[in-house]
Amino acid sequence: MKAARNAKAARDAKAAGRYEPYSYFQLMEASLRELLVEKGVVTEDAIAGAMAAMRARGPERGAAMVARAWLDPDYKARMLANGSAAAEELGFEVPGLRLIVVENTPGAHNVIVCTLCSCYPRMLLGLPPEWYKSRPYRSRVVREPRKVLAEFGLKVPSTMAIRVHDSNADMRYMVLPMRPAGTDGWNEQRLAGLVTRDCLIGVAVPRLPKSPKKPKSRKS
Amino acid sequence: MIERSHHDMGGQPAGKVKRTEHAYDEWELRVDAMMMLLTGVTGMNKRMTVDELRKNIESLPPADYDKMGYYDRWVISLTQTMIQRGVFTTDELARKLAEVENRGQTPNSRKSGSAPDLKGNGV
Amino acid sequence: MGSDPIFRVGDRVRVRKAAPLGHVRTPFYIRGHAGVVERICGAFPNPEELAQQRDGLPAQPLYRVRFRQNDVWPGYRGSTADVIEVEIFQHWIET
Repeated sequence: MKAARNAKAARDAKAAGRYEPYSYFQLMEASLRELLVEKGVVTEDAIAGAMAAMRARGPERGAAMVARAWLDPDYKARMLANGSAAAEELGFEVPGLRLIVVENTPGAHNVIVCTLCSCYPRMLLGLPPEWYKSRPYRSRVVREPRKVLAEFGLKVPSTMAIRVHDSNADMRYMVLPMRPAGTDGWNEQRLAGLVTRDCLIGVAVPRLPKSPKKPKSRKS
Repeated sequence: MIERSHHDMGGQPAGKVKRTEHAYDEWELRVDAMMMLLTGVTGMNKRMTVDELRKNIESLPPADYDKMGYYDRWVISLTQTMIQRGVFTTDELARKLAEVENRGQTPNSRKSGSAPDLKGNGV
Repeated sequence: MGSDPIFRVGDRVRVRKAAPLGHVRTPFYIRGHAGVVERICGAFPNPEELAQQRDGLPAQPLYRVRFRQNDVWPGYRGSTADVIEVEIFQHWIET
C-alpha cells in the first residue's frame, strides 16, 4: 500500500518537475536529524548556524596568511612556529585546529594528504575538494608524488625534493608557497589573490596571470 | 587481506586522480554540521568523538565503502554512533525512517540553507 | 597531563610492525620502517581508545617522523632526497 502510494506521489511530483526521490542516505539524514531534535540533542537553529559558519570558511583565509608571511618575515616566523596562533592573529577563529605550516623552498616542495580518511584544516580553509578525499589521491600521492603532481600540471624538477605530509593523526597542514617573481611592490590583497586552495594543499604553485601574447613577427 | 583495513589505502595502486569539484547538496552540509555539533567542535555538549565516526566508517564493507559517496559514509556512521551511544535505539530509527518515507518529503521541497520543520513542510 | 616524550628531535626511530584490530591511526604502509623524529607535536588522547568510547588517557606523545621515500617504497622513482612525514604515536615506536 505504502509503496504504491509513494510511487504515485513520485510520478505526480516528477510530472510537476519538482521531485527527486530520497536516496537511502538522504532518508537517513532526515531521520537522524529529526530524532536528534526530538531528543533535545541538537536544534534546527544550531544546525543552520553550523552550516553558515562552515560556509564562511574558505581558502582565502589561508591565502591571507600566506600574503602576510610574504610581506612580514616576523609573521612568517611565527606562522612556521605555530600555525593556529598565526591564523588567530589575523582574526580567524580556529577552535581545535592544530596547524603546521610547511614552507616551500627552492630545495623542497610540500604536498599534503590524509591517506586514512580526509583530514584537512577545515576550521581554517573550509571543506576539502572531492579529489582530496578520493581513492586515487589518497593511495598514490604518498607513493608516487611526482607522477601525481605532474597529473595536476605541476612538474617538480629533480633538483627539488618533495616532502609529502600525511595528516594521519591530530595535526593539520597547510603549505606556504614561494612568492612568485615579478610581484615586487604588490600589496597584501593582490598577493593573496595569487594563492589558490590548490597552492595551499601543494598540488599547484602561485602563478602570475599570463599577459596576452604578442603576435610573432614573420621573417621573410 | 584482513590485516590491512580497506580504508588504509596509502601506497595501494589506483587510477588517475579525477579532479572533480563537488557543489555540496544541502543534506550533505547538514550531515557535516551535525558532526560538528555532536563532536563538540562548535562548543555544544559533546555526544561522541570523531574517532568513533572514523571507526564506524572503517567498519563499512569494502564494496560499500568504495561505492558510497563521502557524506553517504558519514551519515551512516554518524547514525551508527548515535545508536552505539544510546541516543536512540535501532527501533526508534526504524520507525522514524518509515515515518519520513511515508511523508513523501522531497529534497527539492527545501529552500537553500534551511531545514524543513517537523511536519515536513519546506521552509 | 600526558606522559612525557621519551624520544627527541633527531632520534632515529622504527615504527612497530603490527596488524591489530580496532581503530588505528598508524598507516599500514609505514609500519616496520625507520625514520628520524622531525618534531614533537605534543601529547594527545589515544585515538584507538577514543574510538571505543574510552577516554584515551593518559595522553600519548605524538611525533612527526620523517622517512626517506627510497626506504619506504621498493622501486621508488624520484629524488633520493624525497621524504614522507607521518605522525606516529609513542606507543607505535619500537623501544
